Amino acid sequence: MLFAIKNKVIPVLAVVSAIGFIWYGFTIFLNSPWQIQNYEKSSVEWSFVDLAKDTMAHERPILPAPHQILSEIWQTTVKKKVTSKRSLIYHSWVTLSSTLMGFFMGTLMGITLAIFIVENKAMDKSLMPWIITSQTIPILAIAPMIIVVLNAVGLSGLLPKAMISAYLSFFPITVGMVKGLRSPDPILIDLMKTYSSSRTKLFFSLRLPSSVSFLFTSMKIAIAISLVGAIVGELPTGAVAGLGARLLTGSYYGQTIQIWSALISAATLAALLVISVNIISQLTFKIMGMQR
Amino acid sequence: MKQAVSSKSVISAKKLNLIFKTNDGAVHALKDIDLEVEEGDFVSFIGPSGCGKTTFLRVVAELEKPSDGEITVNGKTPKIARKDRDYGYVFQAPALLQWRSISQNISLPLEIMGYSKNEQKERVEKNIDLVGLSGFEKKFPWQLSGGMQQRASIARALAFDADLLLMDEPFGALDEIVRDHLNEQLLELWKKTKKTICFVTHSIPEAVYLSTKIVVMSPRPGRITDIIHSDLPLKRPLNIRESQKFLEIAQRVRRGLRESHLEN
Repeated sequence: MLFAIKNKVIPVLAVVSAIGFIWYGFTIFLNSPWQIQNYEKSSVEWSFVDLAKDTMAHERPILPAPHQILSEIWQTTVKKKVTSKRSLIYHSWVTLSSTLMGFFMGTLMGITLAIFIVENKAMDKSLMPWIITSQTIPILAIAPMIIVVLNAVGLSGLLPKAMISAYLSFFPITVGMVKGLRSPDPILIDLMKTYSSSRTKLFFSLRLPSSVSFLFTSMKIAIAISLVGAIVGELPTGAVAGLGARLLTGSYYGQTIQIWSALISAATLAALLVISVNIISQLTFKIMGMQR
Repeated sequence: MKQAVSSKSVISAKKLNLIFKTNDGAVHALKDIDLEVEEGDFVSFIGPSGCGKTTFLRVVAELEKPSDGEITVNGKTPKIARKDRDYGYVFQAPALLQWRSISQNISLPLEIMGYSKNEQKERVEKNIDLVGLSGFEKKFPWQLSGGMQQRASIARALAFDADLLLMDEPFGALDEIVRDHLNEQLLELWKKTKKTICFVTHSIPEAVYLSTKIVVMSPRPGRITDIIHSDLPLKRPLNIRESQKFLEIAQRVRRGLRESHLEN
């Protein structure tokens, strides 16, 4: 226990306090020109203590202080009903639901593509260039197109956003799975051959289990970019709901505190998602007897 | 010469050639191999690296295809023998699946070959017992020592009861003491099961200790330079290695290896 505190808690606290210290410094520095101008306009005497205090109390600061963001998050999570349009929990849930849906679609698609690529030579030759090309198109450019096109065929709401997430997240899954399915030692392939094993049995007894650790590594990347995809997908929909919408309305009205609190929420959400995948992967390895 | 009446040919190679085409040109891995392995034989293949001993075993197992010549396994082509699951193969490395327990690893070939659950359980138990791994059924490969892992891989090769066992330097990575122990056990096992065993090795004492027939091979091109029929008694305690007969056979093997070395 003490060991855990020494090795995990203290380093984390040290980094957090260093970031906080630098952040407060920049808050004062970046917000002071406007504040000083204000002092001069109303010709009041001011000291550095006044300046520090006042730069941290702007309604629309260039850089809000951490405590302003935390209090905004507190106000919009604990103090608001979950159903309220101003609740961050409500908006986070909207983003989370499309993130998860997109992640599952992307994972399924990624695994399917990987299986085709590994099991079929023609697919291997023809599919990979397209998959790589798909990721060179900037998502910000293609996201509105996906939304518009799907809207035209009568699909709106969760699914189009999830598809943007899926579009981003299938790629690391495919690349990781192809590598994973090809990872068995040649000696093991030979072994299966001496059993005159069918292709299906070779796949399920050897290739698939060998790919599990590769899959989880890919899934950690995929779930984080799924969240990015969901947020990007919320921007062109007219900013109705979701963390992306909070970011957009925040920037319409110069509500920097709102933007930052949405950003922090998104980062927290991403961290929680990656941690969840990690826990699932640990459990899977334990069941498979691969933990050491 | 033995009488041909009582013995049945298990592996028969005539003028067998295998040439690997590589970027640096052709490599003559096997040249004009003529060999008969009879039922119940324990045949060791010995020679320096690149002499084709492993390649020959792989041709028998149809993991490589010969360029030329004839080879039959149990009177069939290697391909049909493989499809009929006529042999068990033990590799240089234990080649156990990391996500399977020892008993699950041993039942792998049984699952693939479609044995019933009861039959699987029975055979796994029997073979775990045979290689002395009782009590380790639920352990995972990484929890076992190298020697134990290799024993598990032997149990796996025995599980489906093929009459022919192909072993490619199975004890090469193990230390001397473990190796002696496993050699003794392998001999016991061979006597008990009456299988035909082809055994690739680098070690002269190992080859002489185990075999009824020693095939000495030489590299570039890979070929057979000597075939020695061992007349050591079947009962072989470890100290047989200090007997006069043993040393004579070992000397002949060494001479064979040295001659081929000088030729090159």
